[in-house]
Amino acid sequence: MPTRTSALERLLSHLGLTLATLFALLPITWVLSTSFKKKEHIFSTRLELIPPEPTLENYVNVFTMQNGIFWRWLFNSFLVAALTALLAVLLAAATAYALSRYRFRGRRVLMFSFLIAQMFPGAVIIVPLYQILLRLGLVGSFVGLVVAYMTFVLPFSVWMLKGFFDTIPEEPEQAAWLDGASAWQAFWYITLPQAAPGLAVTGFFSFVNAWNEFMFAMTLMSRNETYTLPVGLRTFIHQWDTDWQLMSAATFLVTIPVLFIFFRAQRHLVGGLTLGSGK
Amino acid sequence: MTIILNKAAKVLQGVTSLGNRKGLTPLLFVLPTSSIMVILVFYPIAAGIIYSFTDMTQYNMGNQFLSPSWQLVGLSNYLNLFNPATPAGHRFWSVTGQTAVWVVGSVFFQFSIGLGLALLANKPLSGRAIYRAALLLPWAVPTYVTAFAWKWLYNSEYGLLNMVLTNLGLEPINWLSHPQWAMFSVILANIWLGIPFNFIVILGALQSVGHEYLEAAVMDGANRWQRFRYVIIPLIRPVLQTALLLGIIWTFNQFNVIYLITQGGPNYSTEILVTYAYFEAFTHWRIGLATAYTTVTFLILLAFSVWYVRSLRATERLT
Repeated sequence: MPTRTSALERLLSHLGLTLATLFALLPITWVLSTSFKKKEHIFSTRLELIPPEPTLENYVNVFTMQNGIFWRWLFNSFLVAALTALLAVLLAAATAYALSRYRFRGRRVLMFSFLIAQMFPGAVIIVPLYQILLRLGLVGSFVGLVVAYMTFVLPFSVWMLKGFFDTIPEEPEQAAWLDGASAWQAFWYITLPQAAPGLAVTGFFSFVNAWNEFMFAMTLMSRNETYTLPVGLRTFIHQWDTDWQLMSAATFLVTIPVLFIFFRAQRHLVGGLTLGSGK
Repeated sequence: MTIILNKAAKVLQGVTSLGNRKGLTPLLFVLPTSSIMVILVFYPIAAGIIYSFTDMTQYNMGNQFLSPSWQLVGLSNYLNLFNPATPAGHRFWSVTGQTAVWVVGSVFFQFSIGLGLALLANKPLSGRAIYRAALLLPWAVPTYVTAFAWKWLYNSEYGLLNMVLTNLGLEPINWLSHPQWAMFSVILANIWLGIPFNFIVILGALQSVGHEYLEAAVMDGANRWQRFRYVIIPLIRPVLQTALLLGIIWTFNQFNVIYLITQGGPNYSTEILVTYAYFEAFTHWRIGLATAYTTVTFLILLAFSVWYVRSLRATERLT
């Protein structure tokens, strides 16, 4: 900035940002605090941010309740998210590569449809999609859920990967062509390895999106042992009361891996969403 | 040697472009993903539109054992929906109005608070990295966790908010069981959710504003407000527009926050188009009516999406 910032201005900025930070941290801090509280301190009207008798019993209970069903949900979520990410990257990479390198008829239409497809919520397509999966006998199976997740991870992955391929120089591919490589070989052996960081970031985001998805999972998975985490955790909410101590411990546990991935890969996400229009 | 090779490559590049870069190759590359998208996204959208002209329910929709027996009923679902005198129409117009309140209320505050914080953070401050990480946190947390966390804060007896109020000697508030407060509560949770995206995108744009423009403005005697209004805003305008449109689209589509905090209640007062369409489909199984809702949703989103794509093109061509 060309102008100097006065001490008063800096003070006010700190004040505003601190308030916003407190607001941002409040719900999560409260959940974290609840997760270490004993039941009698949770259901008490005394306002205590620091747990008076901190305990790990809620975490132990989360892992041991109903014969360790939480492990099952954890495994299901991991399986579905990992399959989704793998499949998304595998399928999207070839498409993104062609969109980045080739100029062909229908290219713009294709890119436009991938962009538009991201804008439609699951709620718009869920009824007919449910029928397709019903007819294929895939309702209630993990395969069906992964198929449903393709509807939102594929367009997102294609756009993100295209951005990465755009930044990779074409010269090595051309050298490979000179040596007689086919288009597929140039893509598979030359460009794809160079795009590894991009593939990883895209895979991470697909993983997180699948890990966090709730609506399809709730609709398609109806048996307790096939639940993914968000659907499973919802069983803590009963008609008139909720196991807030279990809920708090469990939500904190499932958030940790997501936070880790998010803060490592976040930079790429912002660029992908605005297509670098900030530059 | 390398120079010669490079030259040869440049010459041959023309040849390979002709031989290799046209024709079937790119189509083979895009075929798998495109066909999946057609089957899983575009066919369902089309099917949904067709279903909205039928009397489909759970009994006649068909399954593995029973063949479908629904019938076309023309515009009757829509006539029902758009006529405020019918119960379905009455519900439709109130849900649409609630959707408008939800989107405008959420996006206005997400955007203006995000912009304000970005302006505050866009100067050399100690601890800026810490603010940045903390302010991004709500975006990183899964939305279903956000919903649970806020539902707990809003708990009428043991929730943090009411405990603070009663400790201050004030009356507790029925955050989720009073219609107007329930709408306020879900909007507040959604504002919390949406600030980080606006903040980080706008901050990025502000940091990319070249010093030379601001210095020139200072030399011309522009004051702080004038620099903001006539230099910074026009330069970052495309980013602001993109952020705003994405915020509108995402909020319009936000299912989890409402479904998990209030489930549309009390008495349908926090239902928005996407949650209510889901409710009609999977609770009442009135597929015809539900798909009429999703078709209306689709058309509104299509308009916003086209606008969004245009705004992207304004700055960076979709090459």
